[in-house]
Amino acid sequence: MSGGRLYGGASLHDGMSRIGGAYLSRSAQRGAVLRAALLFGCIPLSSCSGVQSALDPAGPEAANVATLFYVMLVGGSLIWIGVVGVLAYASRLGREPHSERMAGWVILLCGAVGPAVILGALLSYAVWLMPNLRPWTSSGEPGLRQIEVTGEQFWWRARYLDPSGAPLFEAANEIVMPVGERVLFTLKSPDVIHSFWIPSLGGKMDAIPGRINAVTLEASKAGLYRGACAEFCGPSHALMAFTVKAVEPAAFEEWLDERAAVDRPSDAEGLAVFLRHGCGACHTIAGTQANGEIGPNLTAVGARETIAAGTLPNTTEAIARFIRNPEEIKPGVHMPAFDMLPDGDVEMIAAYLKGLK
Amino acid sequence: MTKALGNFSAEERAAQEERLRKVWKTPGGWRYWTSVNNSEIGLWYGVAAFGFMLFAGVLALLMRLQLAVPDNDLFSVEFFNQAFTLHGTVMMFLFAVPIFEAIAIYLLPSLLGARELPFPRLSAFGFWSFLLGGIFVCGSIFFNSAPNAGWFMYPPLATKEEYSGIGADIWLLGLSFIEVASIAAAVEIIVGIMKCRAPGMRINMMPMFAWYLLIVAGMILFAFPPLIAGDLLFEMERMFHWPFFDSERGGDPLLWQHLFWIFGHPEVYIIFLPAIALMAMIVPTFAQRPIVGYSWIVLAAVGTGFLSFGLWVHHMFATGLPQISLAFFSAASEAVVIPTGVQIFVFIATMLAGRVIFSVPMLFGAGGLVIFVIGGLTGVMVALAPFDWQAHDTYFVVAHLHYVLIGGMLFPVVAGIYYYFPFVTGWRLSDAWGKVAFWLMFTGFNIAFFPMHFSGLRGMPRRVFTYPEDIGWDWFNLISTIGAFIFASGVLTVVADMFRPKVKLDTLNPWKAGTLEWTNNPDENWGMRSVPIITSRYPLWDQPNLQRDIEEARYYLPDAKSGRRETLVTSVLDAEPIQCLRVGGTSYVTIVAAMSLGGVFIALTFHWWLITAICGVITLGAILYWLWTGTAEIPEAPEMDVGMGESLPIYVSGPPSVGWWAMFITMVGDGTAFASLVFGYFFYWTIHGDFTNGIEGPGVLWPVIAINLFVLSWLLMLRARHLNRAGRLDEARVALVGATFIALGGSAAGLAGPYVHGMDPTAHVYPAIVWIIAIWTVVHAAAGCIMQLYCLARSLAGRMTARYDQDIINVTLYWHFLTVTAVVAFGIIGLFPVVR
Repeated sequence: MSGGRLYGGASLHDGMSRIGGAYLSRSAQRGAVLRAALLFGCIPLSSCSGVQSALDPAGPEAANVATLFYVMLVGGSLIWIGVVGVLAYASRLGREPHSERMAGWVILLCGAVGPAVILGALLSYAVWLMPNLRPWTSSGEPGLRQIEVTGEQFWWRARYLDPSGAPLFEAANEIVMPVGERVLFTLKSPDVIHSFWIPSLGGKMDAIPGRINAVTLEASKAGLYRGACAEFCGPSHALMAFTVKAVEPAAFEEWLDERAAVDRPSDAEGLAVFLRHGCGACHTIAGTQANGEIGPNLTAVGARETIAAGTLPNTTEAIARFIRNPEEIKPGVHMPAFDMLPDGDVEMIAAYLKGLK
Repeated sequence: MTKALGNFSAEERAAQEERLRKVWKTPGGWRYWTSVNNSEIGLWYGVAAFGFMLFAGVLALLMRLQLAVPDNDLFSVEFFNQAFTLHGTVMMFLFAVPIFEAIAIYLLPSLLGARELPFPRLSAFGFWSFLLGGIFVCGSIFFNSAPNAGWFMYPPLATKEEYSGIGADIWLLGLSFIEVASIAAAVEIIVGIMKCRAPGMRINMMPMFAWYLLIVAGMILFAFPPLIAGDLLFEMERMFHWPFFDSERGGDPLLWQHLFWIFGHPEVYIIFLPAIALMAMIVPTFAQRPIVGYSWIVLAAVGTGFLSFGLWVHHMFATGLPQISLAFFSAASEAVVIPTGVQIFVFIATMLAGRVIFSVPMLFGAGGLVIFVIGGLTGVMVALAPFDWQAHDTYFVVAHLHYVLIGGMLFPVVAGIYYYFPFVTGWRLSDAWGKVAFWLMFTGFNIAFFPMHFSGLRGMPRRVFTYPEDIGWDWFNLISTIGAFIFASGVLTVVADMFRPKVKLDTLNPWKAGTLEWTNNPDENWGMRSVPIITSRYPLWDQPNLQRDIEEARYYLPDAKSGRRETLVTSVLDAEPIQCLRVGGTSYVTIVAAMSLGGVFIALTFHWWLITAICGVITLGAILYWLWTGTAEIPEAPEMDVGMGESLPIYVSGPPSVGWWAMFITMVGDGTAFASLVFGYFFYWTIHGDFTNGIEGPGVLWPVIAINLFVLSWLLMLRARHLNRAGRLDEARVALVGATFIALGGSAAGLAGPYVHGMDPTAHVYPAIVWIIAIWTVVHAAAGCIMQLYCLARSLAGRMTARYDQDIINVTLYWHFLTVTAVVAFGIIGLFPVVR
């Protein structure tokens, strides 16, 4: 169904070096070596898996929650061993019965007092943590960099705004954000409920038709992460992922300027075929006559890590395959099949799109 | 109590037994299916629920096959989405809740010392509804038209036709039909436990199972109606485009989430508490002593029941609700751990204070506890909002809920099967097979579900039909799949053990248990040979010669001279005998009523309006026939000899009667559904600046007229009851007819408000919610009018007299609720827009 290693070492390296930091390659290689060893060791807790793991945090919220999990894991394990130990003792054959009074104390202390004390402490910590992770008001603090994300069946529209809320430009299925800075994501949906989730950075938040939700996330280290839709949204819910690129602030500013620039070199012949077959009715490519709003914005699509919302690697062949029969790759997708186009046209469009950077 | 024990010779007893056997006989041939006896209905119910569980289990195995390796294309996405939707739906609605209704119907009469539950035909009706609805919902997957939007059916995915087809209607209508069966069972269970206990079994002497079932049935009464109200709104949107959940026309998808989870969270405890109840029967038997802390565990169970209604928002932590409410619901969710902890430690304490015999039921019970504690601990984790933001809708939650439900419910159920198999059949399951089954299930379960905690935290969302390789999920999923098949082999071993040929036991009480049900002979259909006087929580341990005295017919109801099925009705708290109740016997009317009601729901799914109407008329006819011939029958004598030198009335009306309680309890559930609609009205008011959206309301005049007419009709109804009791039957009949006509006038006035103001329910949610509240009230008024005409007919036919007035008393009770509904409904739609 999919095209294999979307997040494997090599393609990661390419992707990152282009944005200005060959960061992830070494750890990815180490990951590959360690993987086999860890499988039989501490699989569950190994955090080398990287791109979409809440246990491999790359931001303060995710880091806090991961710590919280480890604390609860240790505490929970001790409690479980205690309960199972008492149970095993109580089921022992040939043991003298204990007094009813003593049994009553067990109920009171282990069943009521103990849990109350432990939970009181845990709850206090979590409630203290909540406003630190997410501001009490949904609008967040003013002056944050804003990205308006719209979940649609089965892809993500990302509209970059300046801190005042004015739109800069639109992209799709890829979030680029600066490291070390809180970014405000406002979440919307025009069709069904989706949920916006970047496990490496923090928890999820739903995008609900008729409502506007907000969540702030911060990346603490540069890298390439994977986000996904977490609320079941229809046939291809499983195929609604996106890439998150966290880059140094300077590189981010550079990217913003580059992306906002309208005049970019382009393959005029490919564009002509693209327009001739009506692709511009649904897709926008900045600086061309293609200005459709229905499907993903394709400006600089060739620079993305993946296509089809994290489903295929970004290669000319994969793009061509998607154009010919999107339904085969993403069941329930709203884009019609273009397998009736004349020979060569699909390849030309694919090559043209791959060339858009 | 010092009552004279009866003393019959062997010949007298043989003659009594002959009569009893004849009265309680299960019909043969195809008429077997018309039986309504609790031992048949309970068994069919249980077998059907278990069968649905196996079906949903197979769906789960298919899903595990699909997810065994990344990028798998074994099944289509359409099938996978239908499979997981149906898996959750079937496990929740067709297995977890019904299996306990089944066990309750089967066990309760024996546990309580009754011959039968008070409404056997209602149980039968519930069973047939359940079976038909279940087959309808499950069968849809063979036609590729099963629901496919998840068992929670969130709108707009499940409301809009462009996203979901007929599957959503099958879910809504099929399950609404099954919810009717659940509420029927709840009524039966509550009335049975409160009114049909053996004399002397005061409320603080009830077996734990009865306490738990009483709590659970009460929870069903408050938890299912919000879902039924939600289903109504949902189906109105799907069928007639009323925009309750459509944000473009003022609706809000979150209202469904609130209504669904107000049902959905108590549902977890509705499933879990009866399993605890089974353990509360099993543990004392094998610890060979009474349960330690009887009042602790009862209070803890009641506390769990109450708290479970205050937790629903923890399913909605990621929907963007205000954080202050998240903090509140986090705290409430953690608080429920305390009563749960008390219940678990009551078992451990009972074991500590006793000498434990470690048999197969205990093995399953203890294994379930070991699993459940892990589920409880991960529950503590996900109840914390910050952690839940990561874990929500991932495989971590899949692991959590299966640890809770399989450890907290399935393992105790299997323990219960091993424990009660001799009670049901007179045979005992194999210890060796049981141990093999246990270890297969226990290890298989953990291999399947433990890795899911980590695949979830590593980012794997729920409800994905595939996943890419190399993002860290491959091995976890393969291991889970292997574990699932080991687990399934354990379940199959249990099934095989049940069908294996066995030798009949030579004792009724193989475990030497202390509770009353073990006095029953599984070969006889009458339940208790005679209804004993109870003086202990564990009568078989504490009351010497009890078994012998019961069998020698020395207690109540030793005989069946009237040729009718009879059981004792006792007072609610102290269980003093107050009536000899004649219960309904074998009848096909319950099947006709259930099948035709099923026809209504099925025809609605396909929009076959004519068939819907025909089936509706048949249903109404069947129910009226059932009531006319089977209830409130005037007896041949006011009292009868019930043994032990006592005589009891055969006919009682008002609060001492079971019928009054059934009406009261049903109307509490009905009122809860109405309250959910009212909640919807105010929900829209809170989320919008102007919730009327500038649309003209129903005005003040018509609603006020409606309120006045309904109050007037209610006063006339009260007058009719009074006149009837005074023996002024003609005047009572006139008052009844007057009340009917005034109520019809009130209904017309109620509908006139929105009608004359041209409110279009498809335009915006405000007119839609006004219309639905008005229609709800008017439909109830119409049912009330039918009841009044029924009373009139009974009176004219001489079946309702001044002394035998159950019908009119119960209908008056209905009118109390109806009047409150009408006043609230028209008060809100008419007056609230003015005063707000």
